[in-house]
Amino acid sequence: MKVTSPAFKANAREALADKTLQKALGNVESGFITKRAAAAAALPEFEALRDAARDLKTHVLRHLDLYLEAYEAKVVASGGQVHWAATAEDARRIVAGICKRLGAKTVTKGKSMITEEIALNDHLEAEGIRPVETDLGEYIIQLRGEHPSHIIAPAVHLTKEQVAGDFRRVHSHLEPGRDLSEPVTLLTEARTVLREEFLLADVGITGANFLVAETGTSIIVTNEGNGDLTQTLPKAHIVLASIEKIVPTLEDVDTLLRVLARSATGQEMSVYTTFSTGPRRDGDPDGPGEYHVVLLDNGRSKMLGTEFEEMLRCIRCGACMNHCPVYQQIGGHAYGWVYPGPMGAVLTPTLVGVDQAGHLPNASTFCGRCESVCPMRIPLPEMMRAWRTREWERALNPAALRSGLGAWAFVAARPGLYRLATRLASLALRVMGGGKGRIGRLPLFAAGWTANRDMPAPEGATFMDQWKARGGRTG
Amino acid sequence: MSGRDAILAEIRRSLATGPGDETRRATVAARLAARAPGIVPQRGQGDGAHRLALFLEMAEKVSATTERVAAMEDVPTAVARHLRSKNLPQAIRRGEDARLAALPFAREPQLTVTVGPSDGHDLAGLSHAFAGVAETGTVVLVSGADNPTTLNFLPEHHLVVVRASEIAGDYEAVWGRVRERFGPGEMPRAINWITGPSRSGDIEQTILLGAHGPRALHLLVVGEP
Repeated sequence: MKVTSPAFKANAREALADKTLQKALGNVESGFITKRAAAAAALPEFEALRDAARDLKTHVLRHLDLYLEAYEAKVVASGGQVHWAATAEDARRIVAGICKRLGAKTVTKGKSMITEEIALNDHLEAEGIRPVETDLGEYIIQLRGEHPSHIIAPAVHLTKEQVAGDFRRVHSHLEPGRDLSEPVTLLTEARTVLREEFLLADVGITGANFLVAETGTSIIVTNEGNGDLTQTLPKAHIVLASIEKIVPTLEDVDTLLRVLARSATGQEMSVYTTFSTGPRRDGDPDGPGEYHVVLLDNGRSKMLGTEFEEMLRCIRCGACMNHCPVYQQIGGHAYGWVYPGPMGAVLTPTLVGVDQAGHLPNASTFCGRCESVCPMRIPLPEMMRAWRTREWERALNPAALRSGLGAWAFVAARPGLYRLATRLASLALRVMGGGKGRIGRLPLFAAGWTANRDMPAPEGATFMDQWKARGGRTG
Repeated sequence: MSGRDAILAEIRRSLATGPGDETRRATVAARLAARAPGIVPQRGQGDGAHRLALFLEMAEKVSATTERVAAMEDVPTAVARHLRSKNLPQAIRRGEDARLAALPFAREPQLTVTVGPSDGHDLAGLSHAFAGVAETGTVVLVSGADNPTTLNFLPEHHLVVVRASEIAGDYEAVWGRVRERFGPGEMPRAINWITGPSRSGDIEQTILLGAHGPRALHLLVVGEP
């Protein structure tokens, strides 16, 4: 998909002014945050499991080449085929090649973020193959020609009224006067329409939450059951997975599953966890005749051994974005590519370049909530800081920011001047705040800061003055 | 260079290692062979009665319905009664599982039982679980002619027989049984863990049952633990 991350600031401004989007984003807190907290509290071992999950994935990344080899051997032994795709282009070509060989006209798809990453749908359409998204949220945004705004709740930016409008527009064969006022009627309609597609599809494409080296198994986790219908009914099942999805054993999967759903939706376990190993066996009355795994690198192997290696522990639960004050305000589309929120702010620059996505690591208050809820304990703020450093070193920041920081550094390096300046600024801000303790509008270059929020006015003397008054040592 | 070689070479370059590092190979081989359990939650640990009680509690929590059935021979009557209570036709599809084939369905002359995978037109399907898991109220189903995978997903109502004696405390115990049945490192084509009926929260975060899979999951828990 096209990267619009360079326009992040304009995207964010637009998102803040979008009343419908703001209403839809209001569902994030009740939908995710409260439930995650309850699920974490209900399992005494949760924190210890997070440590174990972190250590497990760290071990895998240090031995990734060997686990991939072991995994491949098991897939082949169970009758499946493994395809290695170094780039997005390779992956698109491999998938389209399998579909064309089978004469596929319709391809159903389970939810997969890496098919978004490689823009698979556009490519299939160009090849004359019709991709049908089957996850309810993905289906809705496909109808709208949009991209997911959240990695597990792709349509979280929409209201039910918007969805009803899309269904009326696209499902034009249905009774125009039908009631579509509630989520349940919308769901029922989507179920009926998509059931036909499931039964029609020639090939099913899913992602993978995990790949198991011990057994050559791919695993998907869903609540709807769409991924299972996608992979069970057609002639062939294609699994598209990035190389870091690998885990050693089935027991290791247990550890990750115990933190995944709790962190993502606050469920103890998702409804459907499916372990797939190879194609239909002798005597099987159902299941796909062919089983393919496409292993995608697309820049990940280069992250190993760098300060961004730990990002490869990510299991795509979405907790970081659910808890991010920036994401909560602007939603996912403003980030301008596939992966939004804190994980996207770290991953996007590695995959599309910091020159394209340099704004994203800056879209952080460094409040640290993302790291505090990350089931894999990925130090997201530290990595965003690392990107900021790289951006600074490459002089990609705007001139005003660079000279502003230069001026601040000049003052900060001169304690007498610094104390005088802060005392004056504090006094001025207090006057501006009046009796209210907050400032509704700052003048000149600072006006942007107060465009969407108030600035708290200082309440008393500066820290340094208070420190001195209490007899603390200075200088 | 093939995609495979390119990716593996890039990984090894980044990790500053080569393909022939025997220490790393030994580490990986040992880890794969050990199949060591990680942290297993305390909640599932206990005797059969504890596991049964927890299984029922957790399954109900995720909107499955449960029913204790005294013996396998009582399953046909329980099935017929359940279909009636849901105003469903007296018809159900099952796989070739010998344990289901042996049931005295003749006791329910109104009930039509068909055998084989689903083509998407069955209202109700009946499966026999490989195991239950108390930890999360999950049932484990294994693919094959015995219990076709399509029966788990296409019918509107999924009825699953679970033996009370086959309810494990945790997932790890189930993997032990899978290895016993299929051999270490071997798996059937599909293993489905099912925890409640299908659902979606994709429209305004409102959780609704019956997205693409069954709208209802009814667990017939047979016998004593």
